[in-house]
Parts: sequence; structure tokens; C-alpha cells
Amino acid sequence: MPTPTRGFLGRRRERDPRLPPGQYDVGTDWPVLTAEPTPRIAPERWSITVDGEVESPTTWSWEQAHRLPPSEYRGDIHCVTTWSKFDTRFGGVSVDALLEAARPTAGARFVLATSSTGYTTNLPLADVTGGRAWLAWEFDGRPLTPEHGGPVRLLVPHLYFWKSAKWVSRLTLLTDDRPGFWEQNGYHDRGDPWRQQRYQGD
Amino acid sequence: MAGVRRPVPRSVQLRLDVEDRVDHLPGQHYVVRLTAPDGYTAQRSYSVASAPGDPLVELFVERLPDGEVSTHLADVVEPGDQLEVRGPIGGWFVWDQVSPALLVAGGSGVVPFLSMLRTARALGRTDLLRIAVSARTREELPYADELEAAGALVVLTREARGIRPAGRLTAADLVPLIEPGQTAYVCGSGPFAEAAGQLLVELGVDPADVRVERFGPSGGPA
Repeated sequence: MPTPTRGFLGRRRERDPRLPPGQYDVGTDWPVLTAEPTPRIAPERWSITVDGEVESPTTWSWEQAHRLPPSEYRGDIHCVTTWSKFDTRFGGVSVDALLEAARPTAGARFVLATSSTGYTTNLPLADVTGGRAWLAWEFDGRPLTPEHGGPVRLLVPHLYFWKSAKWVSRLTLLTDDRPGFWEQNGYHDRGDPWRQQRYQGD
Repeated sequence: MAGVRRPVPRSVQLRLDVEDRVDHLPGQHYVVRLTAPDGYTAQRSYSVASAPGDPLVELFVERLPDGEVSTHLADVVEPGDQLEVRGPIGGWFVWDQVSPALLVAGGSGVVPFLSMLRTARALGRTDLLRIAVSARTREELPYADELEAAGALVVLTREARGIRPAGRLTAADLVPLIEPGQTAYVCGSGPFAEAAGQLLVELGVDPADVRVERFGPSGGPA
């Protein structure tokens, strides 16, 4: 254990068990953290493409994506800047539904998610399958706002939230891991909040 | 902790003597981690204000009323204290020291730009930087004298300044500062960064040339 900081007691003596180490409960706020200006994307102009190591590269328009089986996430989200938000509710489709249509090859191991802004983030394929990742277009029953990634963002709530790419437009399956935007800039390739995988080397 | 100053209300300027230090790039940040006697920890990121050539690392921390870490740094820390820090961190919100840059800050968003400005001064290349800063009042603007001496455009939202009435940063403020080949850096609270980023894009700056760093208690409930 590191040496205690002189005079620091910390505020919260009752730790909520839902809070990963080093995180705090942000309450009803939802901070916005992005590295670029917020793009305004009309839903009619949005599409999602799944390509790379797949048998059938596929693109869905807004309408086509909405015809996939709806899926919802209820639970917590965790940002690497140390806030966590409890009991969120997102609506959209499961990434599994997209992959079912595009059919990953046997060699597919990783995913690079790309946003319409050019933002990228990398994930192990196993982290976006098995009901653990969504394309989300609703928050609390309302359309996802542009600041929070609307019209559609990736949602991978068991990892730090920079993995949940805002304004997502492409999922490229890969045989080898390829670091994304923050990952090239010092952040962790996986980003598990329960292991505090914040920065490269954690 | 080598030095603690409080030149601006509700904030603190910390000068740290960092062991085994790796030089930062202007714009990078450090993580400060506080540990309670029972092992409980709290950590936050703070931008570096000093230039890489400064023998000490200078952080400037705004005291948030409910800030678990910032209240400790602002109210408790004294020279001689040991503090656990990690850094430098971040490879995106960084000035390359050779390209023209437009720096747009709200409030304590000026901190990473101080590192850029001081670096530019050390290199004799302040001509590369154009700076616009917005604060509520001059008293609350961190490093106000240093920014003014560097020719920064200072906009105050709560008090008149010369012939300029109190008001927000506008497109007209930014137009004279925009030059070809610039990378624009925007740093401030969520709402400020959102507004300033949109202003630049509306003025025709390519969004790919705009780098944004947001901070603060919240970006609002949006």
C-alpha cells in the first residue's frame, strides 16, 4: 500500500460495491469528454459497416439497423477520468446481431471501431460478443444526443467508456490488435475498470 | 511539494519536485493520487502549466466545491508534503513546438496553454501561438498577467473590459486569430469546449484540425 497522504481521509467511507477502484459516483450528471468537436450527423446520413475479417461485409442504414431485434442495456458505466454513473439505460441493438449477419472468420480476434470523425478504439472481439456490447441510439428512452455520441454510439459498458466510441460508423474485425486513438496516446489496450487498466502498462 | 501559491481565488498553484521525472510535452497532464490511512485512494488529472525545461512541475488546480481531490490540494497541502503523482500522460492535446497553433481556453482551461506559451518563449517562437481566453472576471483568470503580456485576447463574461462589455467569446473574436495551417486547441468546461469547438467549425476550421480537452465537475446533464 502506498504511504498515506498527510491530512487526507477521503470522503466516502461507505464504498458502493458497484464502484470499481479509483472511481467515484457522479450521480445524475453525465460529463462529456471528447477530443474533437461534436459532429452533427442526421440519422438518415448515418450507417454502420461491419468489415475486415468477416465472410459478408455488411452495411446497415439507420432504418435497416432499427429493423434488427431491439436490445437494451441497464447498468453502470465507468469513465477513465474516474467518474462512474449507475443505473443507466441504453436502447439499440446488440453487436451480436450485426456479427451474426457479417459472420466473423475463424481468424478474427480483435475489433477496431471507427467513428465518422475518424476516432478509433480497439477491443478484443470477445469483449463485444456474448451480449456485452451494443450500438446505442437511445438513453433513458430518448434519442441519444450528439454530445453523447448520437445518433449512434458503441456501448461496451464493462470497459472504460472511451471504448464506447461515439458516432460509431464502422466495426473492422482484425486478426491482430491495432491500437486506436487513445491507445496510441498512452491509454490501455483493454481498459477493464475492475483492474484499473487505465494507461499502457497497467 | 516545493511551492504552494494561491494567486487566484478558489484555486491553487502547486510546484512539485518530481523524482525520476520524464520531461513532459506542452499540453500533457499528471495524475495526482491521494491515499487515506486505510488505503482508500482518490485520483484526478491536472494539466501541467510549466515548460519542460522548468526544474519543477507546476500544476494549477481549480478548487471544486465538492471536489474530493481539489479541496485537499487547495486547502491542506503545504510545502514539504509528499504527493503521489503519475505522468506525464496524454499524446493528443500536445503542441509539437513547430506548427502554428490557435489556443482557446475557458477559465482554468488556460493551464495547458501556459505550458505551450512558456515553451514557445523558451524557443523564441511565440509567433506560432494565437491565444484567446475567456473567464468570468479578470481576478478569476489564472495567469492573467502572463497571458496579457503574451498578447492573448481576454474575454470576460461578468465584467466589462475597456470598451468591451461583459459577454461570451464570439466568432468575431476568433476571426482575426485564425490562420492557415493552424491546429486549434480548445480547453475548458464541457459547455465552454462545446461552444468554442462549434464556433471554430462554423468559421470554417476543419474539425480534423481541432483538438478538444474538456474538464470540470460535469459537462451538464445533457
